[in-house]
Amino acid sequence: MADIYTDKVYDYFRNPRNMGELKDPDAIGKVGNTKCGDVMWVYIKVKDDVITDCTFKTFGCVAAIATSSILTELVKGKKLDDALKVSNKEVAGALGGLPQIKMHCSLLAEEGLRSAVEDYRSKAPKTA
Amino acid sequence: MIYLDHNATSPLDRRVYEKMIPYLTDIYSNPSSIYRFAQGARSAVEDARLYLAQLLNADTKEIIFTSSGTEADNLAIKGIACQLREKGKHIITSKIEHHAILHTCEFLEKYGFEVTYLDVDEYGLVNLDQLKKSLRKDTTLVSIMLANNEIGTIQPIKDIATICHENGSLLHTDAVQAVGKMPIDVKELGIDALSLSGHKFYGPKGVGALYLKKGIKIIPLLHGGGHESGRRSSTENVAGIVGLGEAARLAKLEMKANEAKIRPLRDKLEREIIAKVPEVKVNGHPEKRLYNTLNICLKYIEGEGILINLDFEDICANSGSACTSGSLDPSHVLLALGLPHEIAHGSLRLSLGKDNTPEQIDKVIEVLPKIAERLRSMSPFWQNK
Ligand code: FES
Repeated sequence: MADIYTDKVYDYFRNPRNMGELKDPDAIGKVGNTKCGDVMWVYIKVKDDVITDCTFKTFGCVAAIATSSILTELVKGKKLDDALKVSNKEVAGALGGLPQIKMHCSLLAEEGLRSAVEDYRSKAPKTA
Repeated sequence: MIYLDHNATSPLDRRVYEKMIPYLTDIYSNPSSIYRFAQGARSAVEDARLYLAQLLNADTKEIIFTSSGTEADNLAIKGIACQLREKGKHIITSKIEHHAILHTCEFLEKYGFEVTYLDVDEYGLVNLDQLKKSLRKDTTLVSIMLANNEIGTIQPIKDIATICHENGSLLHTDAVQAVGKMPIDVKELGIDALSLSGHKFYGPKGVGALYLKKGIKIIPLLHGGGHESGRRSSTENVAGIVGLGEAARLAKLEMKANEAKIRPLRDKLEREIIAKVPEVKVNGHPEKRLYNTLNICLKYIEGEGILINLDFEDICANSGSACTSGSLDPSHVLLALGLPHEIAHGSLRLSLGKDNTPEQIDKVIEVLPKIAERLRSMSPFWQNK
């Protein structure tokens, strides 16, 4: 078996958690990786400023799919502001690390979530 | 395991291995030594040279053993370009060459040479009109590969040779993927220099050769004891050379039978994948293509994921996807065909060999559609399909 990635990366790639479209999402983040052309969409449902559900769709490499998937787990149940603090390093770390050349892939996840939150905030009326 | 990456490397033929063993053990003499003990190694090297010459319809004096196809490419390009630098400093090659050619040309550009990189059409064929127009008085060397490693497209090398010679330019061809797979007659084709590599046709790794037509002078890369008639110094890799020679001998005998076995399997693979997986594009020329090579793009998904999934099924394949190569751009070959970035990303290369069985091919036909479907279900581009 290929040993470029950790077992956890392969696990999340093979059995991606929270993969697919979300029904009636409150917001969608769409980002592309300018470096390699890969694309990620993040769907979120928000209630009382908390992410209650999060799913993804990704066109990209193994690392991109695994990081997308674990991101959804990391942010679910978090307040929006806390979810925004999840960095790409944290995402990669949660998978037991990524090869250096693949670190940029985890940026997709970080940016995908940010874009989803921006989308949400741009439509949701600000509640004081 | 199902090995479908023969364009990367092929297994060492058992018979080749057997031939090599004595030269790794008992017959360890330096072929250049004077005593009788050295004769065994010396004549083994010369036998190998003969087998290789016979495979190409060359003379034994025209064969220079090297450490690899890459070295042969470097020797040809640098050696000829530098030898003829007084005559001219212009080289022509194509955009779909192996990096051993492209990076060597880029290296020469830094030292005052000028290089023209020819376009290819959607099938990977070099444009002969563009070649004609690009040839100049100071064009000393043209290097066009015989068969492409990624897509298998076979260039009209005889026509290319004629065009080059009318201009007084020499033609080198990187034939690393072609030698041993298809008949090559250097005299008939008019080739001046040709690179090959042992491990691509069931020989060992670490050995290759350059065919260099009689009368053509070359500046060596390796200076030293004057081996290979002063063109490539280094004590001979005797076992490797013996292996290369034996692989060449077997290739000459068995090439036809290998093709008869492999081509139908490749064709079936191609047919069935197209039938079972929607939105697949076959890359390379429909007919002028190596009979063992199938390169396809599975739209909306990315190559690395396909490879890893195939690996889980114990199937070894390759991809021109950026994500697998460590570089971030997809294969320069696929881009040169005019494929958009995101489609080139989803490329899969299956290259067959003589030991592949119909059962193995059936297995790939069974699992690949499922893999494609799974990855597509994850892809944002696939939705609404
Ligand atoms: S996201 Fe493109 S290489 Fe990983």
